[in-house]
Amino acid sequence: MNTSLRLAIAALLCVTAVGCAKKATKVAPPSGGDRTEQATTDRSSDTGAYTEASLNSDSCLRQRVIYFDLDKTEIKSEFQAQIACHSKFIRQFPNYHVTLEGNADERGSREYNLGLGERRGNAVQSALSSAGAPGTQLNVVSYGEERPTCKDHNEECWSKNRRVEIVYTKN
Amino acid sequence: MPANFVTRFASLLLCLLGTTVLAQNPASAQGLSSDVPTIVINRSTAVALPITVVPFAFEAAGAPSETDVSDVVRMDLARSGKFTALDKKDVVEFPSRGSDIKFPTWNLLKQMYIVVGRMTDADAGAMRVEFELYDVAKQERLLGLAITGQRSDLRGVGHQIADLIYEKITGVRGAFWTRIAYVTAAGVSPNINYALMVADSDGYNPQVLVRSREPLLSPSWSPDGKKLAYVSFERGDSAIYIQEIATGSRQVVSNRKGINGAPSFSPDGTRLALTLSYLGNPDIFIMDLASRETRRITNHFSIDTEAQWMPDGQTLVFTSDRSGKPQLYQVSVNGGDATRLTFQGEYNAKPSISYDGKQFAMAQGTGNVYRIAVLDRSKGSGTMSVISPGSVDESPSFAPNGSMLLYAATDGPRGVLYAVSADGRVRQRLVLADGDVREPSWGPFRQR
Repeated sequence: MNTSLRLAIAALLCVTAVGCAKKATKVAPPSGGDRTEQATTDRSSDTGAYTEASLNSDSCLRQRVIYFDLDKTEIKSEFQAQIACHSKFIRQFPNYHVTLEGNADERGSREYNLGLGERRGNAVQSALSSAGAPGTQLNVVSYGEERPTCKDHNEECWSKNRRVEIVYTKN
Repeated sequence: MPANFVTRFASLLLCLLGTTVLAQNPASAQGLSSDVPTIVINRSTAVALPITVVPFAFEAAGAPSETDVSDVVRMDLARSGKFTALDKKDVVEFPSRGSDIKFPTWNLLKQMYIVVGRMTDADAGAMRVEFELYDVAKQERLLGLAITGQRSDLRGVGHQIADLIYEKITGVRGAFWTRIAYVTAAGVSPNINYALMVADSDGYNPQVLVRSREPLLSPSWSPDGKKLAYVSFERGDSAIYIQEIATGSRQVVSNRKGINGAPSFSPDGTRLALTLSYLGNPDIFIMDLASRETRRITNHFSIDTEAQWMPDGQTLVFTSDRSGKPQLYQVSVNGGDATRLTFQGEYNAKPSISYDGKQFAMAQGTGNVYRIAVLDRSKGSGTMSVISPGSVDESPSFAPNGSMLLYAATDGPRGVLYAVSADGRVRQRLVLADGDVREPSWGPFRQR
């Protein structure tokens, strides 16, 4: 079993390697799309189909960061619209892959925070999957506390660092 | 009287350090920070032994060396917390041989011990440093030895002398002649340059081992001090590398899907404890380094990470949040049930274990304050003491003799390292490169 498992992993690595070799292009996040912008849901995300350009034009898809409460991995209700529109886009465009980059604030140990970041990434992954995004297009990477967006030692800053970033790559 | 004494004593030390730094100005030219390291005396309850290290006489040909060996010895002894070293400028007489010491002078200055020495030429441009340690009250010679070293390694000679003096007086092997590893980060996101560094135990002679544009963390020494295992994100996700320090050659030992983290060499150097999450969530594994086979040790839906080996190699101590928040647990290297080790403090993580397996240092969080705590299990169920002031202190690492620890703290947005005596009494910020410094790991004893 151990061997077959390792074979499976080796196969997985090969697939990943091939995937990379196909010159995946990382899609730059839209500028100015910070989280204070309201996600407008008026362009009904249930009926209208997205185009590739929607990634940069649709106000919901432009939201690429999900923030978490202290020591929490639950996705707050304010981010449900974001989960819905991204899973819809991912389902519609199988040539896009999404890396969910999990992050934690600086408090506590770095290795434990790697675990916390992964837990948050997994939470977003399963939320996207539940909303219909195929799991094969999703991948979680945890950076723990290594990639802070802010370096002050207070809750305002910490709350910005407890986040999952949705990063698109086009194959 | 005690308060007054402490104040005077602290200012004495501060002066001592000020002058030492000035005397070592060449260090700035090596790219070291110009910060003045300050020793902070927190408590005066423990008895620190008064010792004088007389500046060593330079009796060799040519210009005196840049490194004053006696300064290195004096600084080492002072920051250990076991000694109070007489300020260099308060040294009133300058004997360089035991026969020249006028003991009444040092008795009057209330010194228990005195060290004298001299530097002479040895073969092939090397220097021979002879030193003697005396008990002032008994007027008795406790040590009389000579160490020969290259001019470029006189700090190393000083650390070895400090080790011998420390051992003679305390009965515990000194750990000044050791090395430390740590990670630096310089620049502003997204252009941060990370480096894995190795330096002397006091932060001097820093050497770059690895440079990376992606995060590096968790350096762990092999027991022979020849290799470091560490985590690098240079492939995009975490991977564990083992690198030979002398040659720089390295290998990826783990790059599975998910987290590859928290490597820790077994005491015999044949195995590596590590954290892997490819089966769903972070658990502790042990890898046999010869075959690269891994064995799962913990199997729990919580985060299990940061495994450290007990000195006997039979038990691992690790961090787990299986009870809600992170706490320390121990588990047999053969797996099975884990038992909880820490019950005081809301958050306890990142264990470091003393060489005798009786003291457990950790990052302890209460609310928003994180400090270094030490659980002493030498008696009964153990006592917990906090040895750092906070508020973002983490990553403790015991010296190989258990007398001191390194830990990471912050100064504004910057990470800095401190060395602290195991009782928390004496603390000193290490003089390291500018920029962010973190993830200290104290290396093993070196072979003479």
